Parts: sequence; C-alpha cells; structure tokens
Amino acid sequence: MRFYEYESKALFRRRGLPLGKGRVVASETEAREAAAEIDGPVVVKSQVLSGGRMKAGAVQFADTPDEAAAKYAEVLPIVVKGEKARCVLIEAKSPVAKEYFASVTWDGRRKLPVLLFSDMGGIDIEEVAEQHPEHLSRTHFSTILPLSERIAKEAISAVGVTGPDLVRLTPIVFALMKLFLEYDLTLAEINPLARLEDGKFLVLDGHVDMEAEARGSHKALLTELGIGEDETRQARPPTPFELEAARLNAVDHRGIAGNVVEFDGNLGLVIGAGGGSLTLFDAVRKHGGKPANYCEIGGNPSMSKVRNLTRLLLSKPGIEKIAVMMNVVSNTRVDIVARGVISGCLDAGKDPAEAVAIFRIPGSWEEEGFKILSKYGVDYCDRSVSMYEAAGRAVAKMAS
Amino acid sequence: MPGRFIDVEVDPAVTKDPALAKKLEEVCAVDIFARNEDGTLRLVEENLDECVLCDLCLEVAPGKVQVVKLYE
Repeated sequence: MRFYEYESKALFRRRGLPLGKGRVVASETEAREAAAEIDGPVVVKSQVLSGGRMKAGAVQFADTPDEAAAKYAEVLPIVVKGEKARCVLIEAKSPVAKEYFASVTWDGRRKLPVLLFSDMGGIDIEEVAEQHPEHLSRTHFSTILPLSERIAKEAISAVGVTGPDLVRLTPIVFALMKLFLEYDLTLAEINPLARLEDGKFLVLDGHVDMEAEARGSHKALLTELGIGEDETRQARPPTPFELEAARLNAVDHRGIAGNVVEFDGNLGLVIGAGGGSLTLFDAVRKHGGKPANYCEIGGNPSMSKVRNLTRLLLSKPGIEKIAVMMNVVSNTRVDIVARGVISGCLDAGKDPAEAVAIFRIPGSWEEEGFKILSKYGVDYCDRSVSMYEAAGRAVAKMAS
Repeated sequence: MPGRFIDVEVDPAVTKDPALAKKLEEVCAVDIFARNEDGTLRLVEENLDECVLCDLCLEVAPGKVQVVKLYE
C-alpha cells in the first residue's frame, strides 16, 4: 500500500529524519499562505501515488507567494499516469550541493531486507545500476538480529563516501532501516537525499509502501495519517467481481477464501496454502493457461465460504472450468473444501465432473475428501502429483 | 431436507429433552443443533454440510444421534 509523499514524510518525521519546511495545501489561498510562511523560493508538488511527476510538469518552482498560488492552479489539474492529484505540497526550495539515494526494500530471493545506497541520487536508480554499478551498494540485513548503525555506515562508505558526509548520512540511513522494519514496509525510499550548500542533509522526496496485510497492526498510524480503511491504494480500483469476493470472505470469519484479483482468462482458480497461490498461478501461466483470477484460500475455510467463492467464480462470464489446487495442507480440511467446491458447482448449475478441471489438495482428511470427489466424478490427485504438474493437467483439460 | 453430504438423525426422545438439547447446542462448533423457544431441539439444516465429523454430539447422546455421510 503506497503512501503519498506528504504521508511518507509524516512517517519520516516520526523518526526524526531531516525535512524541509512545508505543508499540504488545498486551495490557491492556502498555497499563497504556505509560500509566505516559508518566506523564500518554494517547490509546488502534486501529490499522486505514481512516479513521473517531474516529466509530467506536476512539480514546479515559485519565487513568490503569488507565483506559488499560480503554480498551484497549474499543477493541480495535471493527470500523471492516469491519476489526478489528491492535493499539493508546498515546500521550501533548498540550495542543493549533491544528491544521494537511499532505499530499503525486500529481496524476495534472499528473503531479507536490502539497503540500496548511491551517491548518484535524483535519477532513476535502475539507470545507476545499469550504467554506474560502482555507485550503488546493496547491503542485506537481518530482521532478527539487532540492527546496527555499522550496516548503514558500510553501505554508504561502499560507494566512496567518507568524512563528514559519512558521519551525517549514517544516522539518516539507519533511521530509514529502522522505519522499514518497525512499520512493516515493503519500500522506504529517499530520493533525492540532498546535501545542502551548508553541509546539512535534507530529505527532498520520499516514498513508502506498506505491506497491505500489516494495515491492521498499524491502524493508529493510518488513522493519524488520514488513510481510510476503504482506501486500497492499489494500481486500479477493485472490480465488482473483486468487491463481491471480498464481501463473501468478510461475512464468515472462518478461514480465508478471498483476496481475489480478476484477470481476463478462462480458467477460474481456487488456490492457496503457504505461498501456493503464487506458485500455482505462475504454473498455470507457464503451461500456457489463462487464469481468470488470483485468489487465496487457507486457514480452514468453512464449507459455505468455499461454496460461495466457487459459485462466484463459475458465475463469471468466460470462465469455462475451475482448478482447485493447494500445497499440502495441515490446517485446512480437504473434505470441507471438497464439499464447498461441489456445492458451489451445483449451485451454479454445473456438473462438478465437468466444471472442475483438477482438484489437487493433499493433506488433512484427504481420504474423506477423495471419497466425496469420487462420488461426483471429479478428477483429483494426491501429493504424488506436483503442483506444477497439476496445473499442467488443468491447462491441458482446457484445450481438450 | 438433508445436506448434500451430511445428514444428522436424532432420536425423537432427544429432541424433547431440554437438558440434552442444551448440551448438543453447546458442543456443536458449526451450529447444527439449536433450541426452540420451549427448549426442544431442532436441526439447522443449512449448517449440516458444515459438520466437521468431530463426534462430540455422538458422545453427548450415545446411540441417540447419528451422523450420516451421504457420500459413502
């Protein structure tokens, strides 16, 4: 879940990161007042979640309060990558001597956070990585062991930063690392992190992404920042299909049969368990299949919960069959899921034997589940068939 | 109407026993058993297929409650 720049900065402020004077404004009058308070040149920045503001002209500079008001009116209606501005941030323009880049994100392969630091800030970090790799350091750190400033210091010095800059940058970067862990972030980025002409450092721009699943843990923070529970902050608004799936998941507290994302394929997916959803979705695509949805089931959903999800999937125009696949489950009952899937098929007026391309859920109570599936003629398999192979079988059935 | 997968058969004597009805209502995690206003037992048909085969109802009323797997 992405934060707007002004929200990211509010979070940075909690950790004492150095920020320039400024505030969010919602009218030309407020823009004029904000610039007058700053009493000097200002930056007028549109607040959108996507990047590319500068190129779109949604970041402007002004030398006087009247000019700031005019720039506000100019910047506000600009649509950046299909997104309208929520508001505008007016900040003091600072005399920059050099720009750095600092970011903490998650390395999925190493399963560790990684600190990226560069002495070439202000430009796309991908460009630095490609053309000037010696100017970018990558430093992994543990989520379990105590954090140390030494990690930040080594990452900064790895690109050749020494002396007073190293001393001043270290606590800032260290604070970013702590912020990343404390608030369950998937991205905490400062770019540019500027050294001013007087040698002080300032966060000029920053972005924060929070793990969507962590929203509940940080409810107080989100409330403080004014982020409503209904704000998904996803790349697009949820479709009616996704909203209905979320509603069905929410009405029953037992287990999960939700987190549905709609795609335009013809194979409905009832998938889950320990990362199984992502693995199975990828496997279906690898076999040339076209998923109609992503979803997650697990945590022992009730029969009715699985039934409702199945019925919803089979009601979606274009879905020809569903594939029911999970990793080996210990905390989800195979027989209960089997009951739900078959009930959902029958509710939708479909023959389960035809509608279910494959049922591959090995684990708790699988013998009981397989009896149910046998009775309704559903093709099923046990753990001797890999998830990848099961996905292949489902895709093959779509073609037959 | 029984469920698609599970049916529960209860001895008529049990349905009229408020104490046993209360126990059955308490032990069932998926609310298959409920009590009428007069304390007698009734089955909640829409919950039959939620049965997790825990057998607690069988322990509360030995020989008087049967859980039938309709898929066997």
